[in-house]
Amino acid sequence: MIQYIEEILPALLSGTKMTLSIFFWTLICSIPLGALVGLGLIQKFKPLTWLLNFYVWIMRGTPLLLQLIFVFYGLPIIHIVFQRYDAAMFAFILNYTAYFGEIFRGGFQSVPKGQFESAKVLRLSYGQTIRKIVIPQVFKIVLPSIGNEVINLVKDSSLVYVIGLGDLLRAGNVATARDVTLLPLILVGIIYLALTAVCTIVLKLIEKRESVWR
Amino acid sequence: MLAIKNLTKRFGSRTIIDDLSMTVKDNEIMAIVGPSGAGKTTLLRCITGLEPVDKGEFFWNGTQFDPTNTTQKDTIIGVVFQDYQLFPNLTVLGNITLAPTMVKKESMDDVKKYARELLSRLGLEGKEDLYPFQLSGGQKQRVAIVRALAMRPKILCYDEPTSALDPALRDEVAQIILDLKKQEMTQIVVTHDMDFAKNVADEIQQVEQIQ
Ligand SMILES: Nc1ncnc2c1ncn2[C@@H]1O[C@H](COP(=O)(O)OP(=O)(O)OP(=O)(O)O)[C@@H](O)[C@H]1O
Ligand SMILES: [Mg+2]
Repeated sequence: MIQYIEEILPALLSGTKMTLSIFFWTLICSIPLGALVGLGLIQKFKPLTWLLNFYVWIMRGTPLLLQLIFVFYGLPIIHIVFQRYDAAMFAFILNYTAYFGEIFRGGFQSVPKGQFESAKVLRLSYGQTIRKIVIPQVFKIVLPSIGNEVINLVKDSSLVYVIGLGDLLRAGNVATARDVTLLPLILVGIIYLALTAVCTIVLKLIEKRESVWR
Repeated sequence: MLAIKNLTKRFGSRTIIDDLSMTVKDNEIMAIVGPSGAGKTTLLRCITGLEPVDKGEFFWNGTQFDPTNTTQKDTIIGVVFQDYQLFPNLTVLGNITLAPTMVKKESMDDVKKYARELLSRLGLEGKEDLYPFQLSGGQKQRVAIVRALAMRPKILCYDEPTSALDPALRDEVAQIILDLKKQEMTQIVVTHDMDFAKNVADEIQQVEQIQ
């Protein structure tokens, strides 16, 4: 059995690499973009908030799986063609930015108005206020919700299966179908568990660092 | 000297302040008193630029200025809010040094030196690295005072400085305000506490409810 595991491990690890690449790039792009969307959602300029609310509504109201299929199999019909990987990135970033945007909107709204006024009478600019006072407070508020989405993202990344990307789940499924054994799928499960465990630990560490102030 | 001329402030169709004129002389303490809902806080918010006015002019030593103009880096007005509004994510020193370094581009060393001097003057030495949640109400208020002073304002304004404090601390604030006066700080104190006003103020401005 050990020998068999050694045999299929390289394929699983290369699948893991794809899974992690989707995971990291989605986070790196979606968190800052989500913060911007959240900031946009609290502005007084109505057309902007309507537009952003519409975008968030679409992204959260339809399945990510549909969005993936739409981008990769649907858009080519109107001559917008993405490579598999680009299609996955596009759909994931768009989808997760909406979720993060909604989370950040709540975060921005929970910073008391007095904090903005306090910054204003000290003559801090809006940008300085956002950077030095609002974002740190928002970050702390949204951290638990962001954490949930991060864990979800690890698992959601397996949806790229449907557009034929060679991620961890596909690697396991291919091996199982070929060798008629459950072992690859069990290994896949263990790797996902390890990934979510690492995320949980990292999130706990960040939360601990943030707990020096209240 | 701060002069306010013909200030009118409305919320919708309700007039809160009607054609008010007043002057605050240098190194004096002006108390603004009046019943609840009369518009004391509103008046202070107009002076500090947090509310736009419907009519009226502000003069500092004869030169007109616009309190809502936040691009002017030379602060004329400093504010200590009723609930202090310290920044919870920054330490005491961080709260104090943020604006002078970022807005006035003063060097961190200079600002820190001045901050330490002000902190010890208000009995806060050793608190530099604490976060606001680790301070008592009275200490928070004093940090808020230091934070405002660090911008070297010409006038320091307080909204209800005694409302959140127990009686013993009330006298302490009065003492701080009087001490600052000795350092030639002009101050405006909004309060509904007539005794307190009489204790500290050189001049009392009554704000009446408009029917
Ligand atoms: N943003 C606002 N919009 C509409 N009305 C307001 C607003 N702020 C204050 N008011 C009204 O203006 C009036 C004066 O309020 P203000 O807070 O200035 O009173 P105050 O004299 O400070 O009272 P208190 O002693 O209770 O603090 C009140 O009737 C209040 O309802
Ligand atoms: Mg008031």
